[in-house]
Amino acid sequence: MSVKISNKGEVLYCSISGEIDHHSAGSIRKAIDDAANSAMPNLLVLDFAGVTFMDSSGIGLVMGRYRNISKQGGKVHISNPSPYIHKLMHISGIERIATMDPVREEESYR
Amino acid sequence: MQVKNKFSLSFPALSANEGFARGAVAAFAAGLDPTLEEINDIKTSVSEAVTNCIVHAYKSGVGQVYIYCEIIEDDVVKIRIKDKGCGIPDIKQAMEPLYSTIGGERAGLGFAVMQSFSDKIRVSSKVGKGTTVTIYKKIMPRYRING
Ligand SMILES: Nc1ncnc2c1ncn2[C@@H]1O[C@H](COP(=O)(O)OP(=O)(O)OP(=O)(O)O)[C@@H](O)[C@H]1O
Ligand SMILES: [Mg+2]
Repeated sequence: MSVKISNKGEVLYCSISGEIDHHSAGSIRKAIDDAANSAMPNLLVLDFAGVTFMDSSGIGLVMGRYRNISKQGGKVHISNPSPYIHKLMHISGIERIATMDPVREEESYR
Repeated sequence: MQVKNKFSLSFPALSANEGFARGAVAAFAAGLDPTLEEINDIKTSVSEAVTNCIVHAYKSGVGQVYIYCEIIEDDVVKIRIKDKGCGIPDIKQAMEPLYSTIGGERAGLGFAVMQSFSDKIRVSSKVGKGTTVTIYKKIMPRYRING
């Protein structure tokens, strides 16, 4: 599991790779929050392109980051969800609090 | 009900074992030639149930988590995930989406995810005795052109 973070103007870009579960979520959360607290971005982009597994701990991670960043007036965007991650995000109703890229069609199941 | 194959394992309720637990069940189910989607569904459901044992069941000390997995008729994978922890006082309420007794970084969606990623789940629990979640997932037969 790793998080690559880059800051472009008002946008904080966090590229997560590996598995997001209850075991790994704590250190991912800390990496993102440390960067967001110093950068104070208007937009937090969470890039899921490198995420190979996720459960509801990943949904909690997005919800928690939304709660923090919206206090500073910022927004959250979910980018590059695989079909599987898109399905998980969708059933959680995440679109009410964050924008999300459409599912990566070329990799859709079956 | 005819059991075609089975395995069981138990491990201490440590978060480091979450990946191992879902990986073990996925590897066992791989014998039925599941699709990537079916494997992901199984891994996610197992991860939710096992994480619940680790996060919620044992308030003091580290208890054990038990997994009993069977392949039953019609290529159904039946996975029982059990703890001997605090139990759930109101199962119906616990299963409601967004309900969580912890909140914070927990979304309260574990049971909702298990329900939509498997064919059927059954929850039995007794306060002070523990909780058992049973997950059923049918692996569809696959017909391929050119084998
Ligand atoms: N094995 C268990 N032992 C005791 N209580 C449990 C167990 N599993 C679930 N619960 C109770 O049921 C509630 C709902 O569980 P659910 O998995 O849906 O949400 P959560 O674990 O709180 O959050 P999330 O799974 O989204 O991280 C929990 O908050 C907890 O109170
Ligand atoms: Mg849970």
